[in-house]
Amino acid sequence: MSGRDAILAEIRRSLATGPGDETRRATVAARLAARAPGIVPQRGQGDGAHRLALFLEMAEKVSATTERVAAMEDVPTAVARHLRSKNLPQAIRRGEDARLAALPFAREPQLTVTVGPSDGHDLAGLSHAFAGVAETGTVVLVSGADNPTTLNFLPEHHLVVVRASEIAGDYEAVWGRVRERFGPGEMPRAINWITGPSRSGDIEQTILLGAHGPRALHLLVVGEP
Amino acid sequence: MKVTSPAFKANAREALADKTLQKALGNVESGFITKRAAAAAALPEFEALRDAARDLKTHVLRHLDLYLEAYEAKVVASGGQVHWAATAEDARRIVAGICKRLGAKTVTKGKSMITEEIALNDHLEAEGIRPVETDLGEYIIQLRGEHPSHIIAPAVHLTKEQVAGDFRRVHSHLEPGRDLSEPVTLLTEARTVLREEFLLADVGITGANFLVAETGTSIIVTNEGNGDLTQTLPKAHIVLASIEKIVPTLEDVDTLLRVLARSATGQEMSVYTTFSTGPRRDGDPDGPGEYHVVLLDNGRSKMLGTEFEEMLRCIRCGACMNHCPVYQQIGGHAYGWVYPGPMGAVLTPTLVGVDQAGHLPNASTFCGRCESVCPMRIPLPEMMRAWRTREWERALNPAALRSGLGAWAFVAARPGLYRLATRLASLALRVMGGGKGRIGRLPLFAAGWTANRDMPAPEGATFMDQWKARGGRTG
Repeated sequence: MSGRDAILAEIRRSLATGPGDETRRATVAARLAARAPGIVPQRGQGDGAHRLALFLEMAEKVSATTERVAAMEDVPTAVARHLRSKNLPQAIRRGEDARLAALPFAREPQLTVTVGPSDGHDLAGLSHAFAGVAETGTVVLVSGADNPTTLNFLPEHHLVVVRASEIAGDYEAVWGRVRERFGPGEMPRAINWITGPSRSGDIEQTILLGAHGPRALHLLVVGEP
Repeated sequence: MKVTSPAFKANAREALADKTLQKALGNVESGFITKRAAAAAALPEFEALRDAARDLKTHVLRHLDLYLEAYEAKVVASGGQVHWAATAEDARRIVAGICKRLGAKTVTKGKSMITEEIALNDHLEAEGIRPVETDLGEYIIQLRGEHPSHIIAPAVHLTKEQVAGDFRRVHSHLEPGRDLSEPVTLLTEARTVLREEFLLADVGITGANFLVAETGTSIIVTNEGNGDLTQTLPKAHIVLASIEKIVPTLEDVDTLLRVLARSATGQEMSVYTTFSTGPRRDGDPDGPGEYHVVLLDNGRSKMLGTEFEEMLRCIRCGACMNHCPVYQQIGGHAYGWVYPGPMGAVLTPTLVGVDQAGHLPNASTFCGRCESVCPMRIPLPEMMRAWRTREWERALNPAALRSGLGAWAFVAARPGLYRLATRLASLALRVMGGGKGRIGRLPLFAAGWTANRDMPAPEGATFMDQWKARGGRTG
């Protein structure tokens, strides 16, 4: 008997059921199809202004830094300024995301912008978030050539563009958008929820930033909600 | 890993006398308990979420076979492979087989308790493959040749001085005079050393906090980002998960995530929550070329339909051990296997046998704090009691305990004798307590009780005498 058959048979023996129980099958199929939200915290509910304010508050609480940027065309200047303020070289790596490719980086002639995944030698990476979540100050990133996953984890400094209009109140609202984009039941290879910079409390319960992922997470919140 | 649970009593005695361990365990309260309480209080829906989380997992367990089938179909559809491992041995063989086929020399690992359960590292080493733990705590204990003493804070039993000593010993290529006096310098050194390993690794192995039937997704939750580097950079990602990790939909994951981090570390959300579905897609510039899931049973399916079924709701947050007065005193190693604290006291006997781990369910004061903080509302004390009953039925307890309880039962069944005996005992204890109200040392067979704590002396008449004096009915 294969491992698969042995495990499923043992489960069915323990549950005193067989594989052909149609009532159970119907229950499971209905539950999977319903995708029903559970208890969604009240805190994220409200209009765009409320969600934006909560997102900023929660992100700062987990040691991310945030900055309001009026329009997408102002992002290159904000990036250059941020790197300067951290005494970092004027260099950043980004993915092929069309929204980032369209930015007027020429306005910052000192800034070198490279494109592609990180090989572990970039000090700063720039990504475009799929969404923000007000509930916990989380940014949602989706894998692909647009925004390579390695940029989320290898650079010391991670800068993320979040549209104020794309800040959801809760995770459930983000799943709705993921299904719209990729189809029901379908997912990109990786979805990363990122809530603050990397940290560890493994030595004497002392919480320190910058364990293996970025030491700093800077959120550029663009536009109005 | 080798089970030393039969030596629990000796292990515990040793732990109580270990001054360094006692100092390290002092961090548990400020590190976990206070933060959990604050996080729970900050979310008005927290208690309702616990109910929902319990009901959700109860439903899954009653339909586990069908959700596993649905999950498998989705993993395959997204280009991944599912391997079913009925036993620990099967799982080790499957993982080593994948590594060998890929010619892997170095394997990075995210934190995974079930790789401890199946002793994967020893097996990989025997096969000539070098496993590298990348969670900071796991890395430290791997250097020391130890096992985790806590399911989410594996090195909670160590002080920074001990870690500094290990780093000096193992990182011998670095400047010997460097400053390693603070956690931050230790962290920075580990980050640098492990960054090389991440970039070198051929295969990455992680556990899974949840598996999603709707989408064929595996989920890991970390704060360090080590799990993500482990699974993103190598040629293949192997997910090792036990069968009860399954949840129906992404919305169900939300419910569990909302109670997990709050119960574990007191965070509103962990830093990195990663949803992985299959290998690298066309056009992806990064990510693993192969994606494997090894589903481990190892005795869990047999727990369904028994009084221990509810234990399978556990999401491994560690709140029960953080709040356990026994764990707080002796730490995790004394429990003698992978899972310590109350959840370990219930789970270990089911996985390794009550004859091996019968002491663990006895290591409880039945104070109930574990159940009161368990996000999945698992009735841990009730289950420990169930193990005690089984142990008694199989006559595994020592003869002295059995005859002692027999003597107590004889007296308790005779009310007149019982009242006389308790009155005399109460009087004797009061005399021994003197004016202090507590007894520093009990004589003879009771000496063990006062070896590490005082016995409170009775203050007045027995309950039965007071009851009678107030005109209560007796007999």
